[in-house]
Amino acid sequence: MTEYPTVEGHWDIHYQYSVGATAAAFFAALRDDATILGSRCDQCERVLVPARSFCERCFVRTDELVLVGTRGRVTTFTRPATPIAARSDTFSTVGLILLDGASSAIPHFIGEVDDLEIEALFARVLDGLHVEAQFRPPDERTGSILDIAYFKPVNA
Amino acid sequence: MAPRDVGIIGVAQTKHGRRRDVDTAELAHEVARGALDDASMSLDDVDAVFFGSAPDGLLGVSAADQWLAGAVGGSGRSLMRLSTGGSTGMSAAFAARDAVSAGLCDTALALAVERANEAHSVQMLMNTNFDPIYEKDFGLNALSTWALFATDHMLRFGTTLEHFAQVAVRNRTHALKNPHAHLHKPITVEEALESRLLSWPIRLADACPSSDGACAVVLAAESVVRNRHEPVAWLTGVGSCSDGYFMGDRPILSRRQPIEVAGAQAYERAGVTDPLAQLDVAELQNPFTISELMSIEGLGFAPFGESRDFVDAGGGHYGSDVVINPSGGSLCSNPVGATSIVRLAEAALQVTGRAGERQVPGARRAVALTSGGMIQFSKVVVVEGEGAP
Repeated sequence: MTEYPTVEGHWDIHYQYSVGATAAAFFAALRDDATILGSRCDQCERVLVPARSFCERCFVRTDELVLVGTRGRVTTFTRPATPIAARSDTFSTVGLILLDGASSAIPHFIGEVDDLEIEALFARVLDGLHVEAQFRPPDERTGSILDIAYFKPVNA
Repeated sequence: MAPRDVGIIGVAQTKHGRRRDVDTAELAHEVARGALDDASMSLDDVDAVFFGSAPDGLLGVSAADQWLAGAVGGSGRSLMRLSTGGSTGMSAAFAARDAVSAGLCDTALALAVERANEAHSVQMLMNTNFDPIYEKDFGLNALSTWALFATDHMLRFGTTLEHFAQVAVRNRTHALKNPHAHLHKPITVEEALESRLLSWPIRLADACPSSDGACAVVLAAESVVRNRHEPVAWLTGVGSCSDGYFMGDRPILSRRQPIEVAGAQAYERAGVTDPLAQLDVAELQNPFTISELMSIEGLGFAPFGESRDFVDAGGGHYGSDVVINPSGGSLCSNPVGATSIVRLAEAALQVTGRAGERQVPGARRAVALTSGGMIQFSKVVVVEGEGAP
């Protein structure tokens, strides 16, 4: 078979993504208070997490920021064959977590489950796996979703 | 003016896989010219071109519309680029259909092209599809996100790894008769279950290959079709529905309302009230085995949550009520932005009796479903053949 030549290419472009005022408030609460903010929609009464400034469904502003729990329940998860590097650690398991008081789930790392076989983890989630946010020490928080280092299994 | 009937009068697709023998403009041109040849038309007969490719990073050129405009036939006529992730090609076909139906043009060329073998790596690139503020840090990509869908389906409905494997086996078997398919490797349930783990519960056999490929269709108004004597695939029902970004907002992760809404719209327009009885073929965009199960439920081939029973009963094979993915589906060829228009082209070939060895005997009515962008963008088309040999 003929070998055809190729031309090399590479993209490595630095970005500074604008987060806006609502995410800024969400990140400040994580960093300064170790709390998690959602936004309540007046019309559908959903509490959207992470906080955002409008409800996609009702198409209205959601100016009211409310505290949701730092505990919640794992609704689904996966374990990639290659663990994912976070800021200063690596994690084997990623899941969606429905925080207490929230109407929408967020993706995050599920930690301290690495010694569980996947079938055992599946059984725990099927039973209702409750988890709690593990915040980084205050001096290590930067105002980012990774100020929560991971979610740790806890008793309901 | 009342909406005009629109039919597909020409199709072309590449052999999907690794295509180092052509550059991307040549790859796109191959199907643009191929579809015109198939329709016995020249470029002069085309009023407008609608084209797409999915995430820019796959091609590694951030304005592919500029690069490929002439190759796809855009010189001297209207050209528009569309982008809705894995449903990009179907979006191009929808835009073309709408323009012809509305009387803005009599003929339109719709096509999509993709390279999935040039970026190292595709999944790292797919991570850049995600929200950079809240979500991209968790390694989300097409693979891990579909794995979250799959786990959700298992937790809620008792779907098992064996059900996923059965879907893989059927698609791999069907692809053996499709000369355009990327994968021509039959597999057993046992081999699928033992294939390399990618992101639990998804294994290699549950996942599409990275394919280069392109596909084009020529759409024409009834007035054009009636002057011809070749078979035509009429678009008798179309439906389209989208959803917002955050997957955590979805009440039930593995139940996708946009598929159901788009399907209901298309079925109503086509007069389909009993999909299993009235449809002969379904071409479902299935980059992962879980995608197909969710589509089977969304299009009403099985009740919500019960696709496992459909699979256990042998549904989707040749000889069953509706043959699912006689082409082998996206599971055996996945040129990302083009994979959805391949579904439409395959459906059109089936209902006009032109599907070669993979022809479903007597197929006259088929449905094509695409769901792009983590199933945000669902589009459904019912096609019905006329003039098949």
